[in-house]
Amino acid sequence: MSEAFFEVSGLNTWFFTRTGTFKSVRDVSFSLRRGEVLGIVGESGSGKSVTGMSIMGQVDEPGRIVSGSIKLDGEELTTLSFDAMRHYRGRRIAMVFQNPLMTLNPLMRIRDQMFEAISEHEPASHAEMQSRCIDALRSVGIPSPEDRLSAYPHELSGGMRQRVVIAIALLLNPDLIIADEPTTALDVTIQAQIIHQMRRQIDERGLGMIWITHDLATLSELADRILVMYAGAMMETGTTADIIGSSRHPYTRKLLESVPSLNVPGEKLRQIRGSMPSLLTLGAGCPFKDRCEFATEACAEAVPERVFSATHRVWCHHPIEDDR
Amino acid sequence: MTQPVFEARDVSRIFEPAQGALQRLGDRLAGRQPPLVRAVDRVTLSVSEGETLGIVGESGCGKSTLARMIAGILPVSGGERRYRGEGYDSFLARKRDALKVQMVFQDPMSSLNPRLKVGEIIGEAAALHGVVPRAQIRRYVVETLNRVGLPADAIDRYPHEFSGGQRQRVGIARALAVKPDLLVCDEAVAALDVSVQAQIINLLMDIKQDSGLSMIFISHDLGLIRHLCDRVAVMYLGRVVELAGTEELFSNPTHPYTQMLLAGMPQISLKRRTFMPIKGEIPSPLAPPPGCHFHPRCLAATDHCSTRRPELVELAPGHTHACLNAGLTRN
Repeated sequence: MSEAFFEVSGLNTWFFTRTGTFKSVRDVSFSLRRGEVLGIVGESGSGKSVTGMSIMGQVDEPGRIVSGSIKLDGEELTTLSFDAMRHYRGRRIAMVFQNPLMTLNPLMRIRDQMFEAISEHEPASHAEMQSRCIDALRSVGIPSPEDRLSAYPHELSGGMRQRVVIAIALLLNPDLIIADEPTTALDVTIQAQIIHQMRRQIDERGLGMIWITHDLATLSELADRILVMYAGAMMETGTTADIIGSSRHPYTRKLLESVPSLNVPGEKLRQIRGSMPSLLTLGAGCPFKDRCEFATEACAEAVPERVFSATHRVWCHHPIEDDR
Repeated sequence: MTQPVFEARDVSRIFEPAQGALQRLGDRLAGRQPPLVRAVDRVTLSVSEGETLGIVGESGCGKSTLARMIAGILPVSGGERRYRGEGYDSFLARKRDALKVQMVFQDPMSSLNPRLKVGEIIGEAAALHGVVPRAQIRRYVVETLNRVGLPADAIDRYPHEFSGGQRQRVGIARALAVKPDLLVCDEAVAALDVSVQAQIINLLMDIKQDSGLSMIFISHDLGLIRHLCDRVAVMYLGRVVELAGTEELFSNPTHPYTQMLLAGMPQISLKRRTFMPIKGEIPSPLAPPPGCHFHPRCLAATDHCSTRRPELVELAPGHTHACLNAGLTRN
């Protein structure tokens, strides 16, 4: 397996508001190899999207990256100037959001939006741009791409729009794509198609991908490795088999158990009691302790990292030792 | 068989897209029919006492429009709705009785009045229609809050002070407060996180067990439908394409669309799935394909699929589907 080309270490992204400091991302570290999909899974408020925005250098006021490092091929991104970062965004790191209408300009034809993305970074002749756009659209499964180029976003279906966004992300052959809930708003049949095509692009082009979602089922089919986040912190990380097949963190177990298809139909779902703590009042201990059935007094103390294998790490005082 | 709580016979809903005056005039001069959307096209189904019927389908299949017609907040363009055998016209006219069918919406923020306190939201209809005497309304609201797992002090707070899951509990309490027999849940948990979703599903199951009410549960989430429902109707572009008991539907789907839907359902497993090739996208409901709506995407389509509309036929007791090639897909 190749070396990691992308590394995040000790990332802290906090939001300084009048009500107090929201520590949305706390001490998050991970790395990524080429051709690999890392899934970041968590519920709302887990910090998974803020992690993605931090990598893109797009954390808005009153938030900022307080500490930590983000390195692409050894180069530090957190200290880059706004203009220098612009050079990376789109060309080396691309992002796909949940809602394609947020990304696409409703007043521009698909062709113009795609040409803009190319000419911004690597000016080329009209004919060359045209053929690159058609290739990109075809690679994500858009039928008769020549005709679609002159369409406006509103003329396309939701699934088609999201494919166009992904095609734009692929256009400049980036090293890394960050996808934040890219298929959540889409129908099941369309979602399956897009995931299938994404996986093929990743394998063929050898690019790295961070897939941010709340949906463990999708990740189990797509991701190579998974990072589980809760209330801004890492809970567990491992290969997809580690997380889905033999998770050790009580939160991961609970999350898996509350998925309907893993429950007996007609019986009550195994639920997680309580709700997520406020990010304002988090102490040093485990953020999950108030909802955890294994919690003891020790859980108020700083959480230790437990290493189960070369790939599988858990942040918990009382990890579950037995297999599911 | 006992009488169903709710019955729909050939229920349809046609929408006319908004058009400018010039466009309308142009259409009339040219003798053109204005474009019509058949959001729901001759749907027949029923729910019996204490039963949960699931309605599943992708966006644009008409499931929400159908929900609104069942709840009585949208008129039908054709067909018949019956509550315990009585036609909806006379049923809805008696306001107090019309409360027997209640709806829980997807987004509690847009279905709860932000300017009313939770106590007023829950108690308003019950007090107005005399479900409970006005003097006892406060106590009744506290009891109802209790039933949905909210603290008594929620009564004097506003919807925005609650989390998404709690707001959905308020929405359920509002519906329960008028003592319905039939609860129509339209994507009631779609916007919630997995752990909160499980809490709300469990709450709905508790309520069903305690009060024996019937439920229509509308969702795009096949996992939830399978977990919660006794029978399932699958909709595609305004029509029911298959209807069967939950176990039967999931273990022996016969309509090609249901088969495709189940194959596309993401599942937690470590096996890398080989993807079944899925043809094309859902057509626009403005211009659905002729004949069977599904034929352009169907792998089993034959010539007559593009000309004849398939009617629902019974394959086995309680299992119907609308496919002209029933013999081909049965195995």
